[in-house]
Amino acid sequence: MSILNNEQIELKAKEYLEELLAKEEPIKPRDRMKIPPQTMPHQDEFARRHNLDEVALGLTMEQARIEAMRCLQCVKKTCVADCPVQIDIPRFIGYVAEGDMQGAADEIKKVSLLPSICGRVCPQETQCQQNCAVGKGLKDVDKAVTIGRLERFVADWERATGNIRIPEVKPDTGKKVAVVGSGPAGLVVAADVRREGHRVTIFEAFHKLGGVMRYGIPEFRLPNDIIDQEIDTLAKMGVEFRTNYVVGRTRKLMDLINKDGYDAVFIGTGAGLPMFMGIDGENLVGVFSANEYLTRANLMRAFDREHADTPIYNSKNVAVLGGGNVAMDAARMAVRLGAEKVYVVYRRTEKEMPARVEEVAHAKEEGIEFRFLQNAKRIIGDGNGRVKALECLRYELGEPDESGRRRPVVIPDSEFILNVDTVLVSIGNGSNPLISQTTPELNVNKWGNIIVDEKQKTSVDRIYAGGDIVLGAATVILAMGEGRKAAAAINDLLASN
Amino acid sequence: MTRILHKKRLAKDVFLMKLEAPLIAEERLAGQFIILQTDDDYGERIPLTIADADKDEGSITIIFQVVGKSTQDLSQFNEGDVIPTVVGPLGKPTHIDNFGTVVCVGGGIGVAPLHPIAQALKEAGNEVIIIIGARNKDLLILEEKMKNIADEFIVCTDDGSYGRKALVTEPLKEICERNPKPDMAIAIGPPVMMKFCSETTRPYDVHTLVSLNTIMVDGTGMCGGCRVNVGNEVKFVCVDGPEFDGHLVDFDNMISRLNSYRDIERHAHRCNLEIQFDEKKSEIEK
Repeated sequence: MSILNNEQIELKAKEYLEELLAKEEPIKPRDRMKIPPQTMPHQDEFARRHNLDEVALGLTMEQARIEAMRCLQCVKKTCVADCPVQIDIPRFIGYVAEGDMQGAADEIKKVSLLPSICGRVCPQETQCQQNCAVGKGLKDVDKAVTIGRLERFVADWERATGNIRIPEVKPDTGKKVAVVGSGPAGLVVAADVRREGHRVTIFEAFHKLGGVMRYGIPEFRLPNDIIDQEIDTLAKMGVEFRTNYVVGRTRKLMDLINKDGYDAVFIGTGAGLPMFMGIDGENLVGVFSANEYLTRANLMRAFDREHADTPIYNSKNVAVLGGGNVAMDAARMAVRLGAEKVYVVYRRTEKEMPARVEEVAHAKEEGIEFRFLQNAKRIIGDGNGRVKALECLRYELGEPDESGRRRPVVIPDSEFILNVDTVLVSIGNGSNPLISQTTPELNVNKWGNIIVDEKQKTSVDRIYAGGDIVLGAATVILAMGEGRKAAAAINDLLASN
Repeated sequence: MTRILHKKRLAKDVFLMKLEAPLIAEERLAGQFIILQTDDDYGERIPLTIADADKDEGSITIIFQVVGKSTQDLSQFNEGDVIPTVVGPLGKPTHIDNFGTVVCVGGGIGVAPLHPIAQALKEAGNEVIIIIGARNKDLLILEEKMKNIADEFIVCTDDGSYGRKALVTEPLKEICERNPKPDMAIAIGPPVMMKFCSETTRPYDVHTLVSLNTIMVDGTGMCGGCRVNVGNEVKFVCVDGPEFDGHLVDFDNMISRLNSYRDIERHAHRCNLEIQFDEKKSEIEK
């Protein structure tokens, strides 16, 4: 099958939708299964290596309706059960199929405030799409109804109308809630708590809002104007924002309750200290955590070398250590910053990689070379304190470990050299110590993650937590799921006293 | 948004600014720093130690030297202007206690962060010996203020244009040789100076604190750009520091990491640290 360009994709969908709409009888499930999955239009794989523009361009209106018609409208909604925020997926897809985009948008917004973000960055293939009957029937999870793309389509459609509906806010209760961190968990809590009429202030350590969505996830996956839009909606609901405010330092956590009169606090400070490998040479110049590299490029705009004061390393050959989404983001950013050769070094195989399939595919299209079953042994310096090369070891897969993934076992004497000048370490994060350092009454586990009960309440009354500070490094949508639970608990607490 | 209440030039290329920052003024303790940006979109985040604070006035004081593009931009701000980003107080405060006799050594601009620490040590009942030094007379700052705190006060300049003609390590060595030797030393200044101060006190086994000013982005533990080797451990200056045991810090690695972006820094110029390093090297070679 030849690969169609974006114009051909659009034209084909137009014709096909007409055909489908011309049918007089409702489409039978068997025929729905025959509707081809719609191809996401993409930015050209060569052009995009030099810009930060979004890679996945979004389905066209016709494509969205065709894709929606693939949905079987199952009675048993496995997709909803697998969604951390439980959007009524078949229902919103039903509206899309009919062409009622406002209906679809309203349906999603009943539970998800941030569909344009979730539609882009959720790992749908392991959530709503994983048990989709269409994918099961076609024996390929990649052929499931692409719920995420439809969600994104609906959200983008609403944004394009310029008339985004602001969720209703109940009359002022006079109660105040502090939300610490403006990442995905915090934004969801702010929205859900504000809707009940409580006053909400979001405290953010950085000078810009959005947390990991701003500093971590690059614009080619999640454009900044989308984050701005979601934050604007919150502002219109009356949520207040305080940037450059580090809770735990600028003000102690307990002071928010004891001195400033907040009735409840949600801690959504996200992941903290980046982990390093603990190998020789890791402090050489040219070794960066993926967090640092991405924060420089994204938040500090170092991608725009001409205007930004924040420098970013000039790299020719880059090795990224790790196989998660952050590793993919770092590798793809390195390509865009002009690296000639980018390797992703991962000690298991492609199958075990935690990164989303779509991100891996995009990375490959952009010329990134994957080195599976290999791992860094040490980083070699050039004598002037700068990275010259990476010494690696080869691995093979052995017996499954606790995580159920087959354990990589080192092959003795398999050392080899990868000539790189930059190493980006992307093997996860520890927890941020700022709040726990200055709030001894808050219980944390041995990794420093805040311990919460099933309602996200911490060991301290009126203090709740959620997202990566509780989960360790996870995903935007899991953070939102926790935020939703915490908000419900906070709303209950405030309703009862 | 932080308003500049007062601005003063302390020496060539060295400025003092008093900033309206009531929350930081209330919380800050000696040894802590802020991060500042002169432009929210394209500016760089630079860490600056808090030199002083006034809770009643709701102000903090910073002292900085123009060494690159960002500090150059900051020096163009005037009284009444607003700095878009000031965040803090960051880092762990200095552990203040009555240790006995403490030698406080400040080099160049490092006298600014040393000042509140020396003050706090004095208030805690220590005998405080202060050594301040600079390359020349024009680069000396806070002499009067430090003198007022000190039980014993020594000023040196590298070129002898003021005070004693010596590097700060000379009087430091003499003080370590006294009987009894000092109970502790604190050295704050250019990395090379802190390195040599630590080397000076090491044979006398005088516990020596240094305050590191590494490259940082967020300043809250998220990026790891500020990491240093301390003993056998990797530490993050922003959340584990900025103060560490000078006898355990790998200064050579730290200095090389400070130069990470030297070749691409805009308006790059030869920094004082580098000049001092070269001077020191040639002196040692002599």
